[in-house]
Amino acid sequence: MIRQPVLSVRNLRVEFPTRRGTLVAVDDISFDIAPGEVLGVVGESGAGKSLTGAAIIGLLEPPGPISRGIVELKVRRIDNLPPSQMRPIRGKRIGMVFQDPLTSLNPLYRVGEQLIETIRTHLELSEREARARAIALLKEVGIQGAERRIDGYPHEFSGGMRQRVVLALALCAEPELIIADEPTTALDVSIQAQIIQLLKKLCRERDTAVLLITHDMGVIAETADRVAVMYAGRIAEIGPVRDVVKDPHHPYTKGLMGSIPALEGAANRLVQIPGSMPRLTAIPPGCAFNPRCPHVFDRCRVERPELFPIERSHAACWLLVDDTAKATA
Amino acid sequence: MLAFAIRRLLEAAIVMVAVALLAFVLFRFVGDPVNQMVGQDTSLEDRMQLRKDLGLDDPIVVQFGRFIWNAAQFDFGISYQVKQPVTTIIASRFPATLELALTAAVFAILLGIPMGVYTGIYRDSWLSRIFLSVSLIGISLPTFLIGILLIYVFAVNLGILPSFGRGEVVQLGGWTTGFLTISGLKALILPSITLGLFQMTLITRLVRSQMLEVLRTDYIKFARARGLSDKAVNFGHALKNTLIPVITIIGLQLGAVIAFAIITETVFQWPGMGLLFIQSVQNADIPVMSAYLLLVAFLFVLINFIVDLLYVWVDPRIRIHGREA
Ligand SMILES: Nc1ncnc2c1ncn2[C@@H]1O[C@H](COP(=O)(O)OP(=O)(O)O)[C@@H](O)[C@H]1O
Ligand code: SF4
Ligand SMILES: [Mg+2]
Repeated sequence: MIRQPVLSVRNLRVEFPTRRGTLVAVDDISFDIAPGEVLGVVGESGAGKSLTGAAIIGLLEPPGPISRGIVELKVRRIDNLPPSQMRPIRGKRIGMVFQDPLTSLNPLYRVGEQLIETIRTHLELSEREARARAIALLKEVGIQGAERRIDGYPHEFSGGMRQRVVLALALCAEPELIIADEPTTALDVSIQAQIIQLLKKLCRERDTAVLLITHDMGVIAETADRVAVMYAGRIAEIGPVRDVVKDPHHPYTKGLMGSIPALEGAANRLVQIPGSMPRLTAIPPGCAFNPRCPHVFDRCRVERPELFPIERSHAACWLLVDDTAKATA
Repeated sequence: MLAFAIRRLLEAAIVMVAVALLAFVLFRFVGDPVNQMVGQDTSLEDRMQLRKDLGLDDPIVVQFGRFIWNAAQFDFGISYQVKQPVTTIIASRFPATLELALTAAVFAILLGIPMGVYTGIYRDSWLSRIFLSVSLIGISLPTFLIGILLIYVFAVNLGILPSFGRGEVVQLGGWTTGFLTISGLKALILPSITLGLFQMTLITRLVRSQMLEVLRTDYIKFARARGLSDKAVNFGHALKNTLIPVITIIGLQLGAVIAFAIITETVFQWPGMGLLFIQSVQNADIPVMSAYLLLVAFLFVLINFIVDLLYVWVDPRIRIHGREA
């Protein structure tokens, strides 16, 4: 059974034109997300995860980064839509959750006002119907006494509760896709799991696809169906989460997984590999990982590897196709 | 809320007493009022008698106590110069200044806020550049020069607006207003532009810098990500968050407008309190001067108090809750 993907990203690039040349922050990445599927995007800080999310929802604003490539939502291109047609898609068909719930909500408006405003922007509802829907949503995201709390201001909610409100806002028009950019990073460790579970439950019930951006491999392992590992703006490896975690093919992914003692452990932070990810101004030619790679060979320094299929995954590494290299590795 | 208001009122009262002391001390020791009131040929005895009548021989503390007591009842004594109760004189001048100041403030707010919002949103448009250049002029040119330039262009060269005075005024109870006649309204234009230009540029620049800051915040990004219209994002979410500092400045500036009216009123011979103050300084008319100082201080304190209440109204985070959260 092949279900049509909700989101299809083809050769997406995000570039910063500067006086000294173009900096490429997201370099030619492609992936699909099926309905109800959770695609985890994992990578060190600066790998280009947030820019990928922002490019998909069309929130890269000039003067700044520009994006190229094709983004399709239910087989319709959205990357080239004029702002007037892109705006109704945001919030209605693509919901977004940001990292910090303390700063995502406008402090001067009641939680209910922000919900009702968003609902009525996208759905033809009266004020009263929108309010009823807002209360139902707040209940659904687990806010006790929603009838009363709806008239509270954001500062009257705890961090975890605010992120629940943010989830309600992202879901209020029943989007087909949610982009969650580090939704738990700013939260207390003790409530991170609850929020992730809630996100997963809500999206499963609605068959909503999720692009879950995080640098926490533990979150990915628990939540995602598939995972894309990003390095220096490129996808290093992408595949079913179990395969990528248990049997990684790319040397970078192997290093990442080696750094995780136990998957169920709390807050597994990335990177135990010597060296650090290159800055945008100093991405080496060939494979971006080559200065840190224990298996590097000549070809890696000149030619960029594309994503090669391997078992049920894809990985961008010459080792997968170059037999001479394999023999020496 | 009530406790908050009472605390603020108490603070205001302390400020007023301090200003009263300042007014009293400053003016009590500046110049000799008796010399101002009598002719060259008045005898020494008459002068002594006058000092006694004015209470200038009493101990300082007694004089200050009397000063406060009277001031609290709006009794500032008799003008040395005009020989009328100071309260009457000021009351006759107050409407002119207040109408001028309010018109100037409204002009500054109605133009300054939209210009600030526009230049904040469309940072690089040519219109923004023009607004900002104009506002630079408003900040750098001294008030009297702007007044004289306006008079030169609109009164002398074009001859379409009057260069001095209030025009025809209408008596409404104890209040004289220039708002109800054509000539009164015309007379208001140049002085209020002169007086309000500086405040307008200040508001423009403040709103602009606040907008730039707010537009970078997460909640604006999130509002965009929720698909809200540009209008809702810019004028609902962003503008409201710029209002706290803007209200502060507008409040303080309203006080400043009344105080700075001195210059504008002098340039345009506007029959308000500022002009009265200048005249009273020239004549060492101490009761008028101290009453003016106290009145301006009172207006500052009053405006501050209102600004504090407005904060509470705009920003729920400083709202004092009667109900449990
Ligand atoms: N406005 C900008 N100008 C120049 N470089 C930027 C800008 N914004 C982000 N970048 C760079 O783009 C890269 C990717 O950023 P981002 O997508 O935020 O990474 P991630 O979310 O994976 O941590 C980083 O190296 C970052 O420094
Ligand atoms: S392509 Fe070469 S440098 Fe890159 S990961 Fe594979 S072996 Fe290492
Ligand atoms: Mg990020």
